[in-house]
Amino acid sequence: MDKLLEILSENSSFTPKELALMLGEPEDYINAQIKEYEQSGVIKGYQAIVDWEKVPDAGVTAIIELKVTPQKEKGFDEIAKRIMAFEEVTSMYLMAGSFDFSVMVKGATMQEVASFVARKISCVEGINATATHFMLKTYKIGGLSFVDEDEPDRRSMIL
Amino acid sequence: MIDYQNYLNDKIKQVKPSGIRKFFDIAVEMDNVISLSIGEPDFKTPWHIRHAGIRSLEKGQTWYTPNKGFIELRKEISNYYKRRFNVEYNPDTDVLVTVGGSEAIDLVFRTLVNEGDEVLIPEPAFVCYRPLTYMAGGKPVVIETKAKNNFKLTKEELEEAITPNTKILVLPYPNNPTGAIMEREDLEAIRETIIKNDLLVISDEIYGELTYGNRNHVSIAELDGMKERTVVVSGFSKAYAMTGWRLGYALGPCDIIGQITKLHQYGIMSSPTTAQYAAIEALKNGDKDVSDMRSDYDMRRRLIVGKLNEIGLTCFEPLGAFYTFPCIESTGLTSDEFATRLVREKRVAVVPGTAFGESGEGFVRISYAQSLKNIKKALKRIEEFVEEVKNESKG
Repeated sequence: MDKLLEILSENSSFTPKELALMLGEPEDYINAQIKEYEQSGVIKGYQAIVDWEKVPDAGVTAIIELKVTPQKEKGFDEIAKRIMAFEEVTSMYLMAGSFDFSVMVKGATMQEVASFVARKISCVEGINATATHFMLKTYKIGGLSFVDEDEPDRRSMIL
Repeated sequence: MIDYQNYLNDKIKQVKPSGIRKFFDIAVEMDNVISLSIGEPDFKTPWHIRHAGIRSLEKGQTWYTPNKGFIELRKEISNYYKRRFNVEYNPDTDVLVTVGGSEAIDLVFRTLVNEGDEVLIPEPAFVCYRPLTYMAGGKPVVIETKAKNNFKLTKEELEEAITPNTKILVLPYPNNPTGAIMEREDLEAIRETIIKNDLLVISDEIYGELTYGNRNHVSIAELDGMKERTVVVSGFSKAYAMTGWRLGYALGPCDIIGQITKLHQYGIMSSPTTAQYAAIEALKNGDKDVSDMRSDYDMRRRLIVGKLNEIGLTCFEPLGAFYTFPCIESTGLTSDEFATRLVREKRVAVVPGTAFGESGEGFVRISYAQSLKNIKKALKRIEEFVEEVKNESKG
């Protein structure tokens, strides 16, 4: 894998200058690479990873499994486009396995999410079944741990 | 009341505790300290290696091993040295598995040194060579390597230090704390002097897997006529992130290894069994882990060296181990003042160069066995610190 992408996907806060040092490339080259990735859509954007549990009134998140009937010639994409257009949907994936779509939804309360599923998602043509799972606790996102891991006892100062 | 001074061995009373203690006590009392002072990998031992250890315990493999270590492990070590460093050792007679590289160093000194023998120790260097030489009855003779030579040992420095009593040269490369390495031509340059003066070499190659910039570590034992006068000391701690397993080895002529084995046999019996099972797995299937860790260290190394030079703490490019050794003279502080004030005022722990010998004055050791995130944060704090110190002296 491209080392630059690997670093940025873990932590996008490095400056081009720092990246240039780390990778042993000129800063201009790094800037050009990043620009190219951004323009070609390899890099979609930069976001902060937030621990919403620490934010008051941040709402709830649910993962909804959807079983659908793919449409002739268009397959899954048309249905996906309709569902992802709801602003409550924060992520969405087509899956292999016992269901078709995995949809992540954010809402203020569980009732709000439940009603969103019942009134909006279920009504989309081609949806056969839904299963809503509410998230209770976050352990890890994007390689970052959200819980206090057992800190290794590295107190020894051996030279 | 017993006066224990009367009971203690005269020599041990002369041995100083590691110079870092006082400084360490300051650091542990504080919160939020970023430590760039650590001499061990921040990585955990790769899972498959840990698993091999766990499986051996599950199977109840909890007995002593042969004194020299499992023959399977000795064979793997022998294959490994051939594969990586092109030196061939007979697993039956030339390999001893020890409790870390440190035990191997201790044993080699005690096996080779007679009262009054001189042992040459290039410094700055890891702290154990002087006291262990002294305890073995030898006389440690320090060779101060220079920043202008990138802390390599030169032929001239070596020749100057040799006397009729010189018996052993310690070769601690890749070097802790400077990050210096000895490349093939550097070793060739001192080879003849070593042979002409009939010296033995103890080559501490514990950081042999950690070299950068397309330089492979070269073992001096590979050079013409050197294998027969070299004892290589190494281990699993740094390459495989296995410090806590305590496993190392000594490689050398069978006449020396055989004698060392006697000491090991009486003092230790055999090295930890679980660790030996894990080490077999490490040597068989750990190459990729080593190269992944190396590439991570390399990235941190570049970042840290680039930034330090920018901050004005000039730093030659270290090509080995996981340390940088910047010069801090531009701040007007001594190494000890720099390190003490940095941890007090900015909560970043580094080690004063003087912990590694008097020749370390004017330098500090900064370890990059620490996450990139923390390195970045620490560098920012160091930059602020250097700025503040400079403003003080102006005011």
